[in-house]
Amino acid sequence: MQPFSFTQARSEDEAMAQLRQNSRFIAGGTTLVDLMKLDVETPAHLVDINALSLNKIETLADGSLRIGAMVRNSDLAHDAAVIKNFPVLSQALLAGASAQLRNMATTGGNLLQRTRCYYFRDPAYAACNKRRPGSGCAALEGFNRIHAVLGGSEHCVATHPSDMAVAMVALDAVVHIRGPKGERQVKIEDFHKLPGTTPQIETVVEPGELITYVTLPKSAFSTRSAYVKLRDRASYEFALASAAVALDLNGKTIRSARLALGGVATKPWRSHEAEQALTGGQASDQAFRAAAEAAMKSARPLRYNGFKIELAKMALVRALNEAAQL
Amino acid sequence: MQDTSGQGQNSQQHPTDTTGVGAAADHTSNRLPELSGNGSFGRPTPRHDGTLKVTGQARYAADHPIRRVVHAVAIQSTIANGRVKNIDASAAEKAPGFLAILHHGKAPKLYRPSNDFMSATKPGEIRVVFEDDRVYYAGQYIALVVAETLQQANYAASLVKIEYDFLHPVIDTDQAMNTVYDPEQFFGEKLTAQRGDPDGSYAAAAVKHEATYSTPLEHHNPMEPSASMAEWNGDELTLYETTQWVVGARNTVAETLGVPQEKVHIVSPFIGGGFGCKGFIWPHSVLSAIASRQVGRPVKLNLTRKQMFSACGHRSETRQKVRLGAAADGKLTSIFHDTLVQTSPVDEFIESCGTTTEMLYSCPNVGIAHHAVRVNIATPTPMRAPGENPGTYALESALDELAYKLKIDPVELRIRNHADTNEHTKQPWSSKYLKDCYRMAAEKFGWSKRNPEPRSMRDGKLLVGWGMATATYPGMRNPGAAKVRILQDGSATVVSATQDMGGGTYTTMVQVVSDALGIPVERIQSTLGDSMLPPAPVSGGSMTTASVLPAIRKACEQALTKLVQTAIGDENSPMHGKKEDEITAQNGRVFVKGSSPSSGNTYAEVLASKKMAAVEGEGFLQPGEERKKYAFQSFGAQFVEVKIDPEIARARVTRVVSAFDVGKVVNPTTARSQGYSGIIMGIGMALMEHTIYDDRDGSIVNSNLADYAVPVNADVPDLEVLFVDKPDPYIDDQGIGARGIGEITITGVAAAVANAVYHATGQRIRDLPITPDKLLQV
Repeated sequence: MQPFSFTQARSEDEAMAQLRQNSRFIAGGTTLVDLMKLDVETPAHLVDINALSLNKIETLADGSLRIGAMVRNSDLAHDAAVIKNFPVLSQALLAGASAQLRNMATTGGNLLQRTRCYYFRDPAYAACNKRRPGSGCAALEGFNRIHAVLGGSEHCVATHPSDMAVAMVALDAVVHIRGPKGERQVKIEDFHKLPGTTPQIETVVEPGELITYVTLPKSAFSTRSAYVKLRDRASYEFALASAAVALDLNGKTIRSARLALGGVATKPWRSHEAEQALTGGQASDQAFRAAAEAAMKSARPLRYNGFKIELAKMALVRALNEAAQL
Repeated sequence: MQDTSGQGQNSQQHPTDTTGVGAAADHTSNRLPELSGNGSFGRPTPRHDGTLKVTGQARYAADHPIRRVVHAVAIQSTIANGRVKNIDASAAEKAPGFLAILHHGKAPKLYRPSNDFMSATKPGEIRVVFEDDRVYYAGQYIALVVAETLQQANYAASLVKIEYDFLHPVIDTDQAMNTVYDPEQFFGEKLTAQRGDPDGSYAAAAVKHEATYSTPLEHHNPMEPSASMAEWNGDELTLYETTQWVVGARNTVAETLGVPQEKVHIVSPFIGGGFGCKGFIWPHSVLSAIASRQVGRPVKLNLTRKQMFSACGHRSETRQKVRLGAAADGKLTSIFHDTLVQTSPVDEFIESCGTTTEMLYSCPNVGIAHHAVRVNIATPTPMRAPGENPGTYALESALDELAYKLKIDPVELRIRNHADTNEHTKQPWSSKYLKDCYRMAAEKFGWSKRNPEPRSMRDGKLLVGWGMATATYPGMRNPGAAKVRILQDGSATVVSATQDMGGGTYTTMVQVVSDALGIPVERIQSTLGDSMLPPAPVSGGSMTTASVLPAIRKACEQALTKLVQTAIGDENSPMHGKKEDEITAQNGRVFVKGSSPSSGNTYAEVLASKKMAAVEGEGFLQPGEERKKYAFQSFGAQFVEVKIDPEIARARVTRVVSAFDVGKVVNPTTARSQGYSGIIMGIGMALMEHTIYDDRDGSIVNSNLADYAVPVNADVPDLEVLFVDKPDPYIDDQGIGARGIGEITITGVAAAVANAVYHATGQRIRDLPITPDKLLQV
């Protein structure tokens, strides 16, 4: 760990005023402190935002749910409104990490969670474009069992590790960001960026900006939603493949659908192809399988992760069945 | 010290000996009450150290409060083969709090220890740290930085720049076949053996099976990472350690430093699990010592979780070819077990998968062979049932496959091939209740309801699989010593330089004293994990119970004898002038035989009358002639249910019933926990554990507990652990009769899981672990 300075902010304004060169906000710290210990993150200054009053979950007049960026994962997972109206989110949160980590991890922090790529997390590896832009990618020809089959580039194939964000993609969430230039709102689908040639840039958040809220719009599909996570053990493990789905059904007719994948892509992955395959059709195991095929059509396996393509289809079909309750 | 073990056996039949295989030891003392007479021996007994542990008062290696302690951080090689070209510490030396850096060009002279297991001088790796500039594996220690605080040491270490001459490492066994050789022995056991004609009998066999089974490289991953804290007082060194062998640590560290053994004191009262990786001394224990001497302050060196993957051994990957031949009735006619493992460039440790195969079943024609290659990975070391565990995975999987070919129930097949004697050593068993284990576990499990047809059993959409395997581990014993004191207040203490890895040694020690002296367990204090105490063997090879407890009982007898002599010699005593054999003891009182206990004195009264603080007894016992007469081996049976969701490639172990014959069960409470522990670790081996090396550079890819998966609570199903609980009549001459339990519980688990997966799916997976990617097509 490298030396750093540390200040505590009591308000959003204070938090932004305390930023210096090479600063990070620290909330739950479950990713940042871990990566600082590994010398992967080397901030010169930390601004503690734990005292900010962004810790409420509110149902707004339009029926949407506004989640403060500092709401802890465990509080969000066990919120009555979330369980009732957005069950996929509660399920995804509870599928993530451990109870102790969920008590610390925050909504905003989870969106910024960094990859579990072995080579990113080990500075002994010189080649990591995410850690050292332009240095190459050790994972492409390395042990890439946990890496992405969707959304990768020749510069980076690291997966996004979040469960929560995958569920939020299926719920059309909106991320509220505050910065020196004011406030803005970003659809979660656009919040995370594909690695392309700049894998070090993971989200649209600019230096000096602070995530303040995530809102979940009221929708016809959010209630009938489910999360399925497949992994190497029963709990406390990152996804090999996960699926978040939300369905608006009229009888067996699918009026609209949201399908998102985790563990297999470089960002929380929305599959418009699969949604289109389902929309207007009848809910059936056959239709679900066809949607899963569509979702993984553009998947490109690496040496060790080809199994993820089939596993992701399995997760999608299972999640669709659970949401549809046929 | 007097040693009568193995010498004074007579031919009286032991009351619990139902094996009928021969002479039993006369263990009964005319002084001590019968075991289990009035104490807690053999009864469920809460952990003696439990309160300390759950209230945070138990001090593990890094917890001891030492004044003025400074911190060391190890720098490890990032290459796996080559040389250190240059170490530039100029920036580190200017860092705040920096005190010292040590490396091969800047370290005191160290010496290779004599590397002898029996004299307790075997290190984990014979190459001494900082010996030269050569790099043999990634994670090898290159330098050690010492600073005032841990943070400062970490930071200074991050500023040290190391240049290497890089050579391409060899990691993969296939790439290392040019180095293959046939190792000779594993702790004295020959690694090549043959009886009868394995080839000819296989050619002639009515039913044959041959397959190769592989297990991956695995790491122990105890909860407590290794740590070493060194403090010099003049030329005397105290090392606070987490070690399974305080005597071995003392001797090995002393020889490596080139100082007399009596100048080194090892303290290791609590161990947060070991599983073998704390069995031998690894370089960190020497590093803390030389760093402390260099800076003139106590030095603490804690290994990180990542360092635990390269700094204290692992289990080699194994590739095992098993060939079985049988008659149509299932009788084995030929067994051949050929094992290929890895060892390091600098030392040899062989995962001896085949040695169990020599004796596990009755078969006239048996061959075993072992081969090893040298790869750029650190030296392997014992990991819970080294050899037996991966070995039984292969053999017991192969037997399951043979059972299907023969259309014989797998339990029945094993009973038909039951070894009534050890056919390898040609000895009778000291005691063996394997058939009882099969019966007990099968009944409890409901095995008779099993439809053997693969994919025939369902739970809704889930495929249900039932599999079983035999468990086994030797009943080892080494010399052990202990002292027992009866104190002036009628309480007692018991001490031995043994260890408690969490298995329950503190408690079993107290139980023996409680029974022998009739003192309640609450009034007995046990002390261990200190090299100044009477010597005991490594807490490895499941030998602690069999080695230490008989010595404790012997020490109790001597202490009680001294107490009786004190009473007889005391003219104020009601026992004054009696003969020793006229006096008996019961419930903490000594009195004349045949009279009321109240006519005698309490222990406290005897001591008070003579103004004495205590009487002390000493016991030192070692195995003897009985080892020539009998084969000592524990056995068991593992029955496993898996449920597999074929639509999502998910396998879960849903039920395990196990039965073990480990001789006498001293404490059913902690023994059951040992059962749980081995079974859970076996589930991890079967379904998830696998250390990954990047074969381009030899680095470990998943050296943390997120990427190296072990079972979490959600993976652990209902477990039922049963014991035959019949004393081994020959293992000691004190009537303890326990063979130890730490390792047998993991053996056979992986095979039983794999066999259950086959039963559920019809697919035989011969390559562990059985991860989701191997279940896509079920």
